[in-house]
Amino acid sequence: MTELEMWSYGVVGATFALYIGIAIWARAATTSEFYVAGGGIHPVANGMATAADWMSAASFISMAGMIAFGGYGGSVFLMGWTGGYVLLALLLAPYLRKFGKFTVPEFIGDRYYSQSARVVAVICLILASVTYVIGQMTGVGVAFSRFLGVSYEMGILVGMGIVAVYAILGGMKGITYTQIAQYIVLIVAYTVPAVFIALTLTGVAIPQIGLGGTYIGDDSGLSLLAKLDQVVTDLGFKEYTTQVMGSSLNMFVYTLSLMIGTAGLPHVIIRFFTVPKVKDARYSAGWALVFIALLYTTAPAVGAMARLNLMDTIQIGPVGSETGNLVYDERPEWFKRWETTGLLKFEDKNNDGRIQYYNDANPDFADKAEEFGWKGNEMVTVNNDIMVLANPEIANLPAWVIALVVAGGLAAALSTAAGLLLAISSSISHDLLKGVMMPKISEKSELMAGRLAMIGAIVLAGYLGLNPPGFAAGTVAIAFGLAASSIFPAIMLGIFSKRTNNLGAIVGMITGVTVTLLYVFQHKGIFFVKGTEFLMPELGMGANWFLGITPEAFGAVGALANFVAAILVSTLTAPPPEHIQHLVEDVRIPRGSGVATGH
Amino acid sequence: MTPDKRSDYWRANLRLLTVLLIIWFIVSFGFGILLVEPLNAISLGGYPLGFWFAQQGSIYIFVVLIFVYAALMSWLDKKFDVEED
Repeated sequence: MTELEMWSYGVVGATFALYIGIAIWARAATTSEFYVAGGGIHPVANGMATAADWMSAASFISMAGMIAFGGYGGSVFLMGWTGGYVLLALLLAPYLRKFGKFTVPEFIGDRYYSQSARVVAVICLILASVTYVIGQMTGVGVAFSRFLGVSYEMGILVGMGIVAVYAILGGMKGITYTQIAQYIVLIVAYTVPAVFIALTLTGVAIPQIGLGGTYIGDDSGLSLLAKLDQVVTDLGFKEYTTQVMGSSLNMFVYTLSLMIGTAGLPHVIIRFFTVPKVKDARYSAGWALVFIALLYTTAPAVGAMARLNLMDTIQIGPVGSETGNLVYDERPEWFKRWETTGLLKFEDKNNDGRIQYYNDANPDFADKAEEFGWKGNEMVTVNNDIMVLANPEIANLPAWVIALVVAGGLAAALSTAAGLLLAISSSISHDLLKGVMMPKISEKSELMAGRLAMIGAIVLAGYLGLNPPGFAAGTVAIAFGLAASSIFPAIMLGIFSKRTNNLGAIVGMITGVTVTLLYVFQHKGIFFVKGTEFLMPELGMGANWFLGITPEAFGAVGALANFVAAILVSTLTAPPPEHIQHLVEDVRIPRGSGVATGH
Repeated sequence: MTPDKRSDYWRANLRLLTVLLIIWFIVSFGFGILLVEPLNAISLGGYPLGFWFAQQGSIYIFVVLIFVYAALMSWLDKKFDVEED
């Protein structure tokens, strides 16, 4: 066993032991504890749990890489995945807390006095959450297989086992306390390498300031970002600080979709049912964003600095000079290690034994490349995830830092998986079973049903992690698209418009989901099955035909369709009955909130 | 509590929401996307300003907005006597 593997086993083992310890201590005895952790979680603690619940394998492992290669264009993820908390805090969380029930579909069912609305919400919730959870499971499998020397399948089974212990025993109560521990693990794991790398490149220990600091790797006196702009444009890549994603309009709509989708994701919303008061729900959203912002403002520094390090590793001298490119046989250890995983791939196209990493798709650079004798970009694969996973090695950090990153990635994936699994299982046991099928079920039986549903959800998630269906690749398009186009508008109208009625809400949700999924499936295939794409360029429906908007960014358009349909249909049909209008008035004022209940 | 007072409280809440959401929109969609080019002509340390808003500033302001909302709503709750027991 290598030193790295020993450290990895030690750190990951210690964190897993901690999670199991918490599970035994925080068992759930009532449905209230199982669904909402008894409703007594302190707003700061809930903020921390929400941050771990929210920050997934994608936030931890992939986001910095998306920014590293997307530059300014990567800002959509930063603004989109944080700005949603403003919407959540101002428009949804406090009112849902006042409503005081266990699940999101329950609010939709009660507010729109309709079991059909509740069932539509359950379907959207399950589809969004299942898509999302597959990504967490594959993240766990990848982390295990890359760092701990066990197979991908074994990794997923171990991950399932750990989540099962605390989610089945403790429900929301166990999940909450584990998430707090997981937040601490993941934020330490994320910031430690970031501080080291910022110190090396800028001499400033705070990454957020270092990103705006002066580059100290040479005596040019340039700022880090100006240096990065220079290095990448010299090789034909787009300027880092100005490269857009698609177009400004696409970035605008994409950011909006991620914000609305974030606010509408059920596994995030249900966290706000666990605090004692309406006031706590407001503050708790603020605390959640503080803890999230710690990682989200560090990520752009990690992205930019890792990109600069990567470029400098390969382009060791002036561009075009004979010895300017790294000799492949002299590549560093980490390069070799990551080549074996397939995340990095080199192809010596001009047979000079050196690595040329440049943008061969840029026609303005083609002449220069020819003059240098370059025959195409030789770094044929540079996976986004490498930016976080290999970052500590690129910066020559000790083995324990790398082990920490592994434990952090696992914490991020497991905490999000647990939150999603609870959202799925509570919508089955509480909404479908108790709400629709067996309203007279006893609390004890419902708690048992909740645990069984949790087991079912874990098995399903594990199975899909082992055999990922095509739509697993569509977490952003499907999960955020559905949350944005169905759940967010339905809840918001339910609070802010007394006039929206049952028919309006149902037609609205179905319209929003249909518009979003049609556009996504048109581009990516029906449920991402290859060959079923149905773009119709002859009818003016080519790729990104709607104003150049990409399918991932389409949730906001679906949300707009939902709002319009819901308001239109509600205006044309009878207003909601009086008791519903009273319910809305009651939700709008804080007084009278109790602990969340199931009745 | 009278219906009038209820609707006054709700209107005050909506006013506050509107102001805060306008700021939310300006710092992200405005400064971070629509006006990013002109703002990039200004620098904040080594950051072009528009880039800073898109990758740092908007996030800090989001945090502030939520705490301002929470604090002002607590004050409104008291003023209209609708706070929790």
